[in-house]
Amino acid sequence: MEFVDALINILNSTIRVSVPLLLACLAGLYSERAGVFDIGLEGKMLAGAFAGAAAAAVFASAWIGLLFAILVSVGMALVHGFASITHRGNQIVSGVAINFIAAGSTIILGQAWFQQGGRTPSLPPEGRFGEIKLPGADALRDVPVIGQLYSGLLSGHSLLTYVAFLAVPFTWWVLFRTRFGLRLRAVGENPAAVDTAGISVAWLRYRAVICTGILTGLAGSYMALAQNAGFVKDMTAGRGYIALAALIFAKWKPVPAMFACLLFGFLDALSIRLQGTPLPIIGKVPVQLMQALPYVLTVILLAGFIGKAIPPRAGGVPYVKER
Amino acid sequence: MAQAAIELIGINKSFGAVRANRDIALEIPRGTIHGIIGENGAGKSTLMSILYGFYQADSGEIRVNGKPTHIKTPNDAIAAGIGMVHQHFMLVENFSVLENIILGAEGEALLKNSISKARSELRRLEQEYGLEVDPDALIEELPVGLQQRVEILKALYRGAEILILDEPTGVLTPAEADHLFRILQQLKEQGKTVVLITHKLREIMAITDNVSVMRQGTMVATRKTSETTVEELAELMVGRRVLLRVEKDEAKPGAVKLAIKNLTVKDSRGVTMVDDVSFDIRAGEIVGIAGVAGNGQSELMEAVSGIRKAVSGTVMLDGTPIDLTGQADPGELRDRGLAHVPEDRHHVGLVLAFDESENSILGYHDKPQYLKGPFLNLDAIQKDAQEKIEKYDIRPANPRLKTANFSGGNQQKIVLAREIEQDPGVLIVGQPTRGVDVGAIEFIHKRLIAMRDQGKAVLLVSVELDEIRSLSDRILVMFAGRVVGERGPETSEGELGLLMAGVEHKEAAE
Repeated sequence: MEFVDALINILNSTIRVSVPLLLACLAGLYSERAGVFDIGLEGKMLAGAFAGAAAAAVFASAWIGLLFAILVSVGMALVHGFASITHRGNQIVSGVAINFIAAGSTIILGQAWFQQGGRTPSLPPEGRFGEIKLPGADALRDVPVIGQLYSGLLSGHSLLTYVAFLAVPFTWWVLFRTRFGLRLRAVGENPAAVDTAGISVAWLRYRAVICTGILTGLAGSYMALAQNAGFVKDMTAGRGYIALAALIFAKWKPVPAMFACLLFGFLDALSIRLQGTPLPIIGKVPVQLMQALPYVLTVILLAGFIGKAIPPRAGGVPYVKER
Repeated sequence: MAQAAIELIGINKSFGAVRANRDIALEIPRGTIHGIIGENGAGKSTLMSILYGFYQADSGEIRVNGKPTHIKTPNDAIAAGIGMVHQHFMLVENFSVLENIILGAEGEALLKNSISKARSELRRLEQEYGLEVDPDALIEELPVGLQQRVEILKALYRGAEILILDEPTGVLTPAEADHLFRILQQLKEQGKTVVLITHKLREIMAITDNVSVMRQGTMVATRKTSETTVEELAELMVGRRVLLRVEKDEAKPGAVKLAIKNLTVKDSRGVTMVDDVSFDIRAGEIVGIAGVAGNGQSELMEAVSGIRKAVSGTVMLDGTPIDLTGQADPGELRDRGLAHVPEDRHHVGLVLAFDESENSILGYHDKPQYLKGPFLNLDAIQKDAQEKIEKYDIRPANPRLKTANFSGGNQQKIVLAREIEQDPGVLIVGQPTRGVDVGAIEFIHKRLIAMRDQGKAVLLVSVELDEIRSLSDRILVMFAGRVVGERGPETSEGELGLLMAGVEHKEAAE
C-alpha cells in the first residue's frame, strides 16, 4: 500500500513537472515543423511567466494573467519571425537574443515595477489557476488502485495541465488532418514546393511562429500562475532547452513528444524524491548528483538511444526564391 | 493553324545589370508540342518562370488563349490553366504522392474529403493518360522518372491545359526519357499544349512540332521542326557553326597504361556494384563505358581513382599496382600521372565558394610552381589561371570570380583545364558534358581527342550514348556491375541500347 502511494506520488509530480516541458515542446514542434528553428523557447516561456505573473498580480485575475502571458510571448515569437522569416537572419542567433532579452528584461522590469528584487508579488488564489477536482474523486479515494489513480493522479490538477495534455492529440490532428497542417509540414520540408503551389511561405511560417508563441505563453503561465504563485527570476531554469531535447528525442512528432516530456519529467520527479533517501547498496548519495541525474540521462538518451533523428529538411534555412 | 494558347509580346526582364529577357515575342499554337532551346543562361528558364508567375516581367504582355492575362503569382498561372514541371522537382520528399498532389489545391480546411477526392481524380487521370503511380507511395521511395510523373499529375490535377517542362530529361535515363516523350505525345493528342525547354537538340527533333531558339536573352528564331535541321538549330543557339560530330583519325594504341583485373566493388550498403570487371586501356586510345546510370560506372571510376575501396581485384598503373583499400592518397596517384575528372563537379570536382584561380590548382597546390617557401605563390597562381582561361576559353575571363558564378560548361572547363594541363598519362573522365552547352561540348570533345592523339590513355564514362559513340575507340557496356560486351565505335545505337538494357547479345541477334 505504501508502495502504491509512493508511486502515485512520484507519477503525480511527474505530471506537474512535465506540463511546462510539454507545452514548450509542442510550441517548438509548430515552429520547427515549419522550418523555423527556435532556440528561444526558454526566453519566451520566461517572458510569458513574468508577464502573466505581473498582470495577474495587478488585476488579481488568472485569466488576465494568461492573456498577457500569451500576448507577450507571441510578441517575442513575432520578433523571431521578423528576424528569421522576413529578414532571413540566422535563426539560432535570433533565438539566443530572445533568451537574453527575456532573462534581462524580466528582472529589470520586475524590480522597477514591484521592488521585490525581480520577483512579482505573491499571487492571491484568484490570481492563480487552482486545482480542479474531477467529479467523484473524493468518493473513489478509498477504492484500491483504480480509485487511487483516479483521485490521486488524474484529478486535482490545474486547468492548464489538462489543456497541455489535450494539446497533444489536438496538435496531431492539426498536423496530419488539416490543410494548415499539411502546408505547415510541407513548408518545413521544401518551401519551394509550397511557393510554386501558390501558397505564401512567409505567411505560413508566421502563423506557425504565432502558434509557438501561444504555447510558450501557456507554458510560462503554468509555471507562474499554477505551479508557483508568482514570478521568480530565471524560473524556467533551462526547461526550454530540455523541451528542445525532448522534441529531437520525439523526432518532431506530437505523441512521442508527450512521452519524451513525461520521461524527462519522471527523471526530474525521481531526483527530487530520492534526495536524502539512502539507496540500497550505494547508500546515501549527494544531493547534487541526484539533481544532475535527469541531465546526465538526457545526454545519454540523446546520444545513444534515439537512432537517427531527421529534422525537417528546410529547418534553419531562410527561404530565398532562387534566381 | 490553331489559335495560340500562349502569346508573349515584348517581354523584358532584368536581374540587376543582367538582361535575362529582351523584348521576347513568342506564339505557341494550341495542341502542339513547342520546344524552346538555347544554351544555359540564354534566358529560357527566366521566360518560363515569368509565364508561371514566379517572377514578374519588367514590361510586356502575356495572352492566354487570346486573352491578356496578368500573371503575378503561381496561383494566377494555375488559374489560367498553366502548369509547370520544374527542373528540380517541387515535391515534398517525405510526403505521399497524394499529399503532394493536393498541396495548395486542398479545397477545404480538413483533409479528409480532399484526399478521397484526389484519389478518385488521380485514378481518372491515370486511365486517361496512362500515368500510373501508387498514390500512397512516399516520394523519396520513387525513382526520378516516377517523381516527374507526380509533377505532371500535380499540374493536370489543377486543370492545366498548358504544360511547361523545364529540362525534363536532365535527370532521366534514356529509357525514362523515351517514356516521358510518349506521355507528352499522349497529352498532345488529348488537346493539351506542351512547352518543352531543353538544350538537347536530339529531344527537340524527336518530339516537338515547332521550336524557338533563344540566345543571350533574345528570341532568335522560330521554326517548324520538320523544316529545320540539328545543324541549323545548333548554329542559331551558339551563333556560329558547330561541329556536332568530332573529327578524328584512327587511334594508334600503344602500351597498356591502365590494367584492371577482376575488380569487384561494393557500395556502402554492401551491394555489389562492380562485379569482376577486367579490361585494359592503352596509350593513345579512348575507352568509353556505356550504360544506364547506376550500373556500377560511378563506383568503377571511384575505385580506379583510389577514392573508393575495392573488395578484390587489382588495378595496375604503368605496371605498378594502385592501392585499392580506399586509403590511397589521390595526391600520390596524381603524381604518378593519373588524373580524374569526377562526375559530380559541384560536390567533388570543385569548391564552388572558392575563386576560379583557387579551383584551377586545387589538388596540385603543393607543386613547387605554385609555392613560395611554405606559402602559396599567388602571383604565379593567378598567372597560371589566366593562361588556362585563355587556352580553354573560360568565360567570364576573371580568375578572381567565385566559381559558383560560372555556368556549368565553364565550370567543367575549369576542372578539365586543371587536370589536363598537368599532363597526366591516364585521364579518367565522368560525364564530361553533363549540363554543358553545345558550344562547350564541342570544345571538350576536341580536347579529349587531342589528349588521345598525344598518346594518353582516356577512360570515358558517360550516359550520353552519342558522346560515347563519337569519342570512343572501344566501347564497353556495363550492366548490373558487369561488362556485358565490348564493341567498336561504329556499333549502332540500337545494339548498344539492348546491351545496356541487359539483353544478351544472342537474344538480340534473334
